Amino acid sequence: MDRIPILRMGEFLLVTIQVDMHDQLALTLQDDLSTKINEISAKGVLIDISALDIVDSFIGRMISMISGLSRILDAETVVVGMQPAVAITLVELGLTLSGVSTALDVERGMKLLRERVRSL
Amino acid sequence: MAILQQATIDAIKQNESALLASWIENLGDGGSLNDSRISREDVSRQAREFLSLLVTASANGDAADLTRSEWLDSRQFLEALSRSRAMQGFDSQHTAHFIFSLKRPLFDLLQKAYAADPRALSSELWMISELLDTLGMHTIRSFQKSREEVILRQQEELLELSTPVVKLWEGVLALPMIGTLDSQRTQVVMESLLQRIVETGSEIAIIDITGVPTVDTLVAQHLLKTVTAIRLMGADCIISGIRPQIAQTIVHLGLDLGGIVTKANLADALALALKRSGLTVTKAAG
Repeated sequence: MDRIPILRMGEFLLVTIQVDMHDQLALTLQDDLSTKINEISAKGVLIDISALDIVDSFIGRMISMISGLSRILDAETVVVGMQPAVAITLVELGLTLSGVSTALDVERGMKLLRERVRSL
Repeated sequence: MAILQQATIDAIKQNESALLASWIENLGDGGSLNDSRISREDVSRQAREFLSLLVTASANGDAADLTRSEWLDSRQFLEALSRSRAMQGFDSQHTAHFIFSLKRPLFDLLQKAYAADPRALSSELWMISELLDTLGMHTIRSFQKSREEVILRQQEELLELSTPVVKLWEGVLALPMIGTLDSQRTQVVMESLLQRIVETGSEIAIIDITGVPTVDTLVAQHLLKTVTAIRLMGADCIISGIRPQIAQTIVHLGLDLGGIVTKANLADALALALKRSGLTVTKAAG
């Protein structure tokens, strides 16, 4: 698999990471996502990382960069389903992802996105 | 190579019962027999058993090297003895006394046996003394090892016991922390709390630090880490139970708990959690 699929749900984009992220995959995702947001002028992006159980500092930084670039492109970003081990690793690495919104699962994440978009 | 002379072993064998009797008497002088934790019969039985093991082993083994296979039975016996003494709560001195109190009876016996030959007497005495010292050291070493095992197990149990994650309400978890927070405990606490958040899908976690005696920069840092990890998972965290002294310490240390919601007690934290979940508590009419 050389790219991660980006699904469209109305004005939102849904990215589900089902495989182990490696650096090239993350960079491709960043490119694809920014193009896609621009293309459909998406209002929100939901990234599901519940299947991701290994992260390094690079992937952690990618998550925070993807969220940053979506915000510039006027799309709210929510990261959902982070595993405990991943959360602990990121904290130990010193990556607090301060600008990133988080939610426990996809359902809550979608709810959060809708509220955010409606309040705009 | 230091094998005891045949005459010594014969002397021990012939006088085994007398030797045993004076050994047990010696044990009694050391206070080993007037103890409610172990009966006189048990001590006598252990003494008899060990003496026969000692005779068998020294008859065909090198008295200077206890690692040899001839001494295996004696070593295992002493290890088992030390372990049971450690479990019964005896101290190391008491445990070692079991071996060392055999010295005097053995010396007396040898003195009688070698009355005519002082040169042989001194060499045999020296060998016996060395042998008993080594056995005694082995006893103490196994005693300490068993004690350390007990302590280690208790530490682990304490770690498990002191970090329960409780469910206060649908979607609200609480973690009452008790005792000093160190890195290892924080790790366990963080892991179990995050795991429970995933399992229950709770959106709010309350960490109650009423039972934490002191908060220093390290503890505060651990708390911050936990709170950040919880936020990364997509849940919210409230810290409650901050006593006035601790609040003062935190301010004096200049710690920044900026991004964290703090409450004075667990009740306030629960009220806030309910409010955030859109629930209200009202008094029943009548």
